[in-house]
Amino acid sequence: MDHPILIVGAGQAGWQVAESLRQEGYSGPLLLIGEEAFIPYNRPPLSKKWMLDRPDPASLSIRGIDALRRRQIDLQLNTRVVAIDTPAREVVLADGARLAYAGLALCTGVRLRELPVPGAQLRGVFGLRTIHDAQQIGDCLDRCAARNERVVVIGGGFIGLEVAATATKRGLKVTVLEGLSRLMSRVVAPIVSEAAARVHADHGVELIFNAQITAISDVDGQVSAVRTAEGIEYPAGCVIVGIGVHPEDRLAAAAGLDCDRGIIVDGCSRTSAPHIVAAGDCTARRRADGSLLRLESVHNAIEQGKSAASALLGREREFVATPWFWSDQYDMKLQMVGLSHGYDQVITRGDVDKPAFSAFYYRQGRLIAVDSLSRIQDHMAARKLLDNKLSPTVEQATDVNFELQSLLRA
Amino acid sequence: MPQVVFFEPDGRRVAVQASDGQSAMRAAVDQGVAGIEAECGGQCLCATCHCYVADEWLERLPPPSADEEVMLENVVAPRLPGSRLSCQIVLNPSLDGLTLTVPPRQS
Repeated sequence: MDHPILIVGAGQAGWQVAESLRQEGYSGPLLLIGEEAFIPYNRPPLSKKWMLDRPDPASLSIRGIDALRRRQIDLQLNTRVVAIDTPAREVVLADGARLAYAGLALCTGVRLRELPVPGAQLRGVFGLRTIHDAQQIGDCLDRCAARNERVVVIGGGFIGLEVAATATKRGLKVTVLEGLSRLMSRVVAPIVSEAAARVHADHGVELIFNAQITAISDVDGQVSAVRTAEGIEYPAGCVIVGIGVHPEDRLAAAAGLDCDRGIIVDGCSRTSAPHIVAAGDCTARRRADGSLLRLESVHNAIEQGKSAASALLGREREFVATPWFWSDQYDMKLQMVGLSHGYDQVITRGDVDKPAFSAFYYRQGRLIAVDSLSRIQDHMAARKLLDNKLSPTVEQATDVNFELQSLLRA
Repeated sequence: MPQVVFFEPDGRRVAVQASDGQSAMRAAVDQGVAGIEAECGGQCLCATCHCYVADEWLERLPPPSADEEVMLENVVAPRLPGSRLSCQIVLNPSLDGLTLTVPPRQS
């Protein structure tokens, strides 16, 4: 019998590789191996409404179990792959079993960065990546509500701010401790950070910038406060740490695949090893100019998953779409398209105070990215403009009465 | 338990049993209806769960929200009078028999 194609990691990217293999006509055996107990699921809702209500995890699944059966995608859950034996073309599982593969897709995702301070392992201190994490945080938020305790979020990035908004919606008092001078500073321009900060402050969230965490303290092993370098103690019945991630490339690196803070892949999702592709958050994509690009997003997982499936079948399907991302905080919809890194000019379109506006990022006079706050029409237009390498003038972008999509018809 | 009938891009008819309060998108992806991609998982953000509602059902649905309207302007397949995002159609007993046609392309 033919050996199967194995997919290690049953998240968004892993699911996409499986789905795309079937769509591309692969009819051989296909096995998706996941460490968690759940069939592939959508992670974005975990930091939002799902965390409060915690309905059946099946409501998060990307496809139902019947859908997987219909496509003859086999699943092996609660299973950890501990090694890849590339000469033998086998993977080794935690229980020592070996599985041979005809092709291998690594979709191992990320692991959370941990806070390197005393007390980071206390009860009531959480990171957020999985359904299990969200269940535990949700339970802890309920406990805080019952005891009238505050919540501290460490990290003013997307995950931290989404959790802050969710906890606020639950009626809790929240403090966000951010290490730098503004929110989401790695990704957005100051004007976007400031608008988001106003929205959080209007909802009663306490925002502390340039906070250097020195310790987390406890009462009988249960978290009680977060201490900063100034010696201030922020009381907390629940602490959520959202300070970034490490791409999970250890399996690949140990097998000798080229890695550099991520499994290095080309534009077609091929790794440095034959018969092995990689997709999603675990990858670092080599671009035409030689630089490496790491993206953590649903869109990247889907597009790389598609190209990885093609590569396993010996076809080239380069990933060229402009990356896009989103975050929901309260009623504010933050949508980003393109990569703003290296911009030399940023202009706004819409009402900055409301906020309902978009920030257009230019480099040397060309549009490179757009961040939209509750301006989904701008976001959708910008996706098309950037995909088509079109750049509105600054005057056109600033004028809300100018129809951006008209440039596509020119 | 409302039943939803999907016509997949290749013309195949798939009848799906759904629960009250579920979206039509959720019912479709649970059963793996072909052509419903639903990349954003039902947030009205990606326009990849586009479908065409049969005429006789169209007026029984609440009209699209402003956000859905924007997304419908940006679907990849042609926008027709019956175009809706299936993630925004919430099912209830009165929609038993709802018939949706999946377009050939979503992305």
